[in-house]
Amino acid sequence: MAKVKGDILVDIEKCKGCELCRAACPQKSLELSRKINSKGYHYIVRIEDNCTGCTNCALVCPEGIIKVYRMTLNKKEPVATITNVTNDITVTVKS
Amino acid sequence: MNEKTMLEEDLREQEVDQAECIFCNENIVYEKPDTLLDTPMHYCPGCGHGVAHRLIAEVISELGIQENTIGVAPVGCAVFAYNYLNIDMQEAAHGRASAVATGIKRVMPEKYVFSYQGDGDLAAIGTAETIHTCNRGENILIVFINNAIYGMTGGQMAPTTLPGMKTTTSPFGRDVLTMGNPLKITEIVATLPGVYYCTRTAVNTPANVRRAKKAILKSFEYQKLNKGLCFVEIVSDCPSNWKMNPVQANKWLEENMLPYYPLGDLKVPNEKEN
Ligand code: SF4
Ligand code: SF4
Ligand code: SF4
Repeated sequence: MAKVKGDILVDIEKCKGCELCRAACPQKSLELSRKINSKGYHYIVRIEDNCTGCTNCALVCPEGIIKVYRMTLNKKEPVATITNVTNDITVTVKS
Repeated sequence: MNEKTMLEEDLREQEVDQAECIFCNENIVYEKPDTLLDTPMHYCPGCGHGVAHRLIAEVISELGIQENTIGVAPVGCAVFAYNYLNIDMQEAAHGRASAVATGIKRVMPEKYVFSYQGDGDLAAIGTAETIHTCNRGENILIVFINNAIYGMTGGQMAPTTLPGMKTTTSPFGRDVLTMGNPLKITEIVATLPGVYYCTRTAVNTPANVRRAKKAILKSFEYQKLNKGLCFVEIVSDCPSNWKMNPVQANKWLEENMLPYYPLGDLKVPNEKEN
C-alpha cells in the first residue's frame, strides 16, 4: 500500500500558542516550542515525524495559519542495509 | 518566508534531506482562503471567532462570490471583523446588524448579505431587530456566535449565560429565579414562518467545524435561490472570560454548553414543497 505522508507549515509569528491544534491532532505530532515569537507567545512545532496530513489541526486553528501538505510515497521504505551493521562481529568456531 | 522560518527548526532536518520535498503547491491539502486577510487577529488565543471568520471566508471563496458579498459587523469582540474579511463590510450599531443587513439587501437584492453577531449583540440589545428581521423573512444570512458571555466588555452575564455560570455580574452563578433562564434565541426564531433554514453548530472539534462550514455554505446557496432567512448559530468559546485555557474551554463547552444548546438542524427546508 502506498504510504501517505503529511506535513504542516505554521506561520509561527501569528501563532498564539492556544494549543487547540495540539489537542486536535490524532497523531500527537504537535507540541509547543520552548522558544517564543516576537509577540511573546510560545508557538507550535511538529515534534513527531508521523503527520498524516489529516488537516484536523488546520481546521481548529483560530488564526488560520496552518498549511497542510500531503503526498503519497511510492518509494519503498528503506530496509536495513549493510552500512547499518557494525563491523566488529566475531565468529567463534567450535573446535 | 514561512517555509524558511519553519525549516530552521532543527527537528525536521532529516525530512528535508529527502529527494522529494513535500512543501510544494500540488501537495497542499489545506490552507486558509485568500478572502481571509493576513492581518493578525486581535482575538484572544483560542477564541472561536477566528474559526468562524475563516469558515465564512472559505465558503465565499468556494462559491466565488467575493465581489458580491456584503457583511455586516456587530458590536462586540467581532467589531473588527471587517479588518479580517476581504469583502465589503458595514459596521452596525449595537444589535442593529440584522436591520442594517435588511436595508442593504433591499437596496441591492442581487448581493449576498450576511450579518455576523454575538450573543450580547443579537440576543440582548438586538432581540427586537433579530426577531422582526426573521419574521419578515428577509433574504439574508444571520451568523450568531454564542459564547454565553459578553466578551469584549469583560465577561458580564449575557442572555445566553448558563444557569449557575459565574460571570462578573453574576459572581455567585446565574440564579434562574432572579435572572431568568438562558434565552434559546435559535429555537425562538425557528418557529417563525419567515425563517427558511435554522441550525446550530459548534467549532470545538474538527468534525463540528466541517459541519458548521456546510451550514454556512447551504445558507449562501439558499440565499442565491431567494429562499428566505437563514440563521446559523455557532456555539463558541471565550477562554478569557470563562477563565480557562482554550483546551479546557472547548472541553467545558462540550460538557456544559452542548447539553443546553444541542447541535443540529432546528428547521430544515421542506424540499418537496418547492
Ligand atoms: S495534519 Fe493531522 S496529523 Fe498532521 S499535524 Fe495536523 S492534526 Fe496532526
Ligand atoms: S491552533 Fe493555531 S494559534 Fe493555536 S497553537 Fe495551534 S497554530 Fe498556534
Ligand atoms: S473576550 Fe472572549 S469572545 Fe472576545 S476575543 Fe477574547 S475569547 Fe474571544
